[in-house]
Formats: sequence, C-alpha cells, structure tokens
Amino acid sequence: MRRAIGASLALAASLSSCGGSDSSDHLVVSAASSLQKAFEAYSGAAGFGARQSFGGSDDLAAQIRQGVTPDVFAAANTSLPDQLFQEGLVRKPQVFATNTLVVAVPKDSSIDSIDDLAKPGTTVAIGAAGVPAGDYAREALANLPSEEEKAVLRNVATEEPDVAGIVGKLTQGAVDGGFLYITDVLSADGALKAIPIPKSIAPDVEYGVAVVKGAKHPDAARRFVSGLFHGKGAQALAAAGFGPPPT
Amino acid sequence: MSRGRRSVFSAALTAALALVIAFLGIPIIAVFTNTSPSRLVSSLGEPAVRDALWLSLRTTLASLAIIIAFGTPAAYLLATRPFRGRAIVTTLIELPLVLPPAVAGIALLAALGPKGILGGALNDADIQLVLQTAGVVVALTFVAAPFYIRQAQAAFAAVDPALLDASRTLRAGELRTFIHVAVPCAGAGISSGIALAWGRALGEFGATLMFAGSFSGVTQTAPLAIYAEFSRDFPAALALSGILIAVSAALLLSVKLVARTSVLGGAPGA
Repeated sequence: MRRAIGASLALAASLSSCGGSDSSDHLVVSAASSLQKAFEAYSGAAGFGARQSFGGSDDLAAQIRQGVTPDVFAAANTSLPDQLFQEGLVRKPQVFATNTLVVAVPKDSSIDSIDDLAKPGTTVAIGAAGVPAGDYAREALANLPSEEEKAVLRNVATEEPDVAGIVGKLTQGAVDGGFLYITDVLSADGALKAIPIPKSIAPDVEYGVAVVKGAKHPDAARRFVSGLFHGKGAQALAAAGFGPPPT
Repeated sequence: MSRGRRSVFSAALTAALALVIAFLGIPIIAVFTNTSPSRLVSSLGEPAVRDALWLSLRTTLASLAIIIAFGTPAAYLLATRPFRGRAIVTTLIELPLVLPPAVAGIALLAALGPKGILGGALNDADIQLVLQTAGVVVALTFVAAPFYIRQAQAAFAAVDPALLDASRTLRAGELRTFIHVAVPCAGAGISSGIALAWGRALGEFGATLMFAGSFSGVTQTAPLAIYAEFSRDFPAALALSGILIAVSAALLLSVKLVARTSVLGGAPGA
C-alpha cells in the first residue's frame, strides 16, 4: 500500500517536471515578494536558472517550518531568518540589502504626506501583521502622535498577505494609499509614486538571506548568496533600487 | 483461466479505490490529527477566528439569498422555454464553474472595480463594493451562482410537463403553477443546488482576496483567515480548516440525504 502511494507520488512528480529538465537540477529560492524583479534579473543574468517562489516572507518561513526545503531563503527582514536559524532550520543568516519604506499612492493622487493618510475617508492598504511590510508600516505609525496613528489605522481597508497585493489594490484604485518599499514603486512602471516617510519615524528595513539546512544544492546556494554581495546579484539589487547592506 | 483473470481485475479495481481513498482522505484526516480536539475548541474562542466564521456565515447566506431569488426564475425559464441561443446562455452562466478564482477576481475588478467599466456608474450611485463586505457577497455570488442555477435548471427540466399543463388547465396561472407545482416538484434538485452553492461560497478565496481584500470582520472570510493564520499560528489555521471541513462535509451529506429521500418518496404525483 505504502509502496503504491509512493509510486503514485513519484509518477505525479515526474509528470509535473516533464517538458523541462529534471527539476532537481535547479536551484530553488524562496524570496520576499519585494525581491521578485531583482532576483529574476539576477538569476537570469548569472545563469542560475533558479526556480524561485515569491510571497510574503512570513508565509515562506512558515513553509520552511512545515518541512519545505528550498535552497535559499531571502526575507524582507532579519527577524524571520534569525528565528529560523535559532530553530536550526537555516544556516547563519546575513544582511544583504536595505530598502526604504514609503507611502505609495497612484501617480495622479493629491496625497503628499503620511499625515494625509489620517484624513477621514481616506482608504489605506497595509501588509498583514507578521508580513514584514506590514510590521514596518506599524513601526513607523507607532512613531507618530498616538491620535494620528489611530486615525491612519482606522483608515486601513485591507491587510494584504504580501506587497504584490498592496500594489494591485493601489493600481486598481481600490485604495488611496498604501505602505510599500521604494523598490515596489520603482518596479510599478510609473503607475505609482512614492512619498517619503520622515527619517525621524522611518524604520530600518534590512533584508536577510540564509542557505536552508538540507538544501539539495548547497554549493549553488552559497554562490547565489555570495553573488548578492558582489557581482551580478548586487548589481541587480542596486538597479531595482535596493541599498547596500550596512557596513 | 477467465475466473483467475477476473479476480486479478477485481484486485486491481480494489487497489485503485484504496489509493484514491488514501490520497483524498489522508490530507483531510491529517488536519484533525495534527491538532488536538481541545485546541480546536479553544481556537473557536479567539476573536479573529470567531469574526471570520461569523463573516463567512453572513456573507454566504446573503449571497445564497440573492442566488435563490434571481437564479430560481432564471433556471425555470431556461428549463421550460426553449429559445434560440439557449445553449450559449447556459454556457455563459456555467462558465464561472470552471474559471480559476484569480480570473474571477480580475474579471470582477475589470467590471465593478473603481477603474472597471461599471466603476464610474457605481460610484455615481454611491455604491461601494471593493474592500467592503458587499464586495465579498458579490464575489461569492459570482462564483457560486452557477452551481445553483445548473442544479435548479436540471430539476425544473425533469418536472413532468403534463403536471404543469394540468395546473394551467385548472386555471392556476403561470405564477401559481411556478410556485405551487414546479418549485415543490423540483425541490430535491433545488435543495442540493443550494447546498453545493453554499459549499462553493464558503470555500471562496482568490476572487474575494483580489476584489474585496482582507480585513478582519469586514472582508476576511474563514478561508482568508486560514491564509493569514498560516504564518502566524499554524494550529489556529488547522483548527479553522477543521471547522470548514466539518461544515462542508455536513453540506455534502445533506445533498446525498435529500437525493435519497426524494428517490425513496418518489416525485410527487408521479
């Protein structure tokens, strides 16, 4: 019985990989949604041909906790890779890039400061709690006067599972403003504009990356990670608007 | 020889069925074995879980009411009045059955979103759908209506036309014939249509997230809450999943029971 189930699953696995070469030959990367454009450019330019899945960093971390083993895990914060490291699921994480949290609005919007998001009747999209973009946004809001923080949070109309959802709600005109990274605004091809958040309240946005324990391609994974610091990966990140890691 | 071959064939059938049961059943069982019953019950006390279930109940019932009110007469017309292009209309109505939820979400945005073709008119009429509970009801209605209309149409088509004619010759009138003869005769099919549409609406995820967003108590239905809890609190996500499985199983079972009683009782007047 057990052998039959195994055979069926093997059949399903082999069918799903038909058309391409064997899937086990590919480096597998789980990365934050906000890294999509940079990582796709990097993987193509450096010839990794990586199978990349993008999503909320928290969802990707939860998958790893459930036993999914990509080769590389790259998150939009340092706390998720650090937690996985503590739990013995990934190798030692490194900070490889920084980003900037902004208020994003449609390009023709009249909103021009974070304070405008507190006005009654304004609708706001924010990452769900636990999603790095959402946690950073709440961190920034907590630095505002308490009345203003409450007013903005009252205007939140949707808590999205990743930044891609926030971009979609903004470009469809479903909300007036949202909290995104500057890189998301840059990759929206002019549909959105970024309003800076004052330095005094802006959170430090640092991206952590780690090789996953039990990775099937540890060598390629290490090369992928080191390329994020020097070479094509660092170039792709800079081109997408990411900052270098703090020195 | 042939007997031996037959027994090999039977064994192959049995093995195939065993595989199917294992493949479809193990994930369902795993939801319940991965979480203790007490954890399941205690998660019911969490506000986020309660809000999600309550919202799912309200929105699915609202969409069912709309589906029944408009779908029943529409299905009756499709079943009893042949007209040119009926096959095309039926296909159009059934299309959401096979549409990927993401396509349904995009389509709803393109039609009813702020930038959609009807967005301006809705805005002028001061109707807010996107990111509102009303938007959830719209998304659920869009994906679930075909399940009901299909069943109801088949049920009306199976009603003996002689019964409807008899009712009319007794001067019951079209409306009274519809309400007092056609609907009761098609009752079993209509009931199973309600249960299937309800099940589909309860499970809706993609179209809701894209069109209505996700906000606790407003647009975050139980499936969206499961997705949100997946990264935050896996046992809570399992518990919510367990509840949805139980409710869906009850709905499916009720379809089977209704079908069986109608077979045993026979169609009224038949």
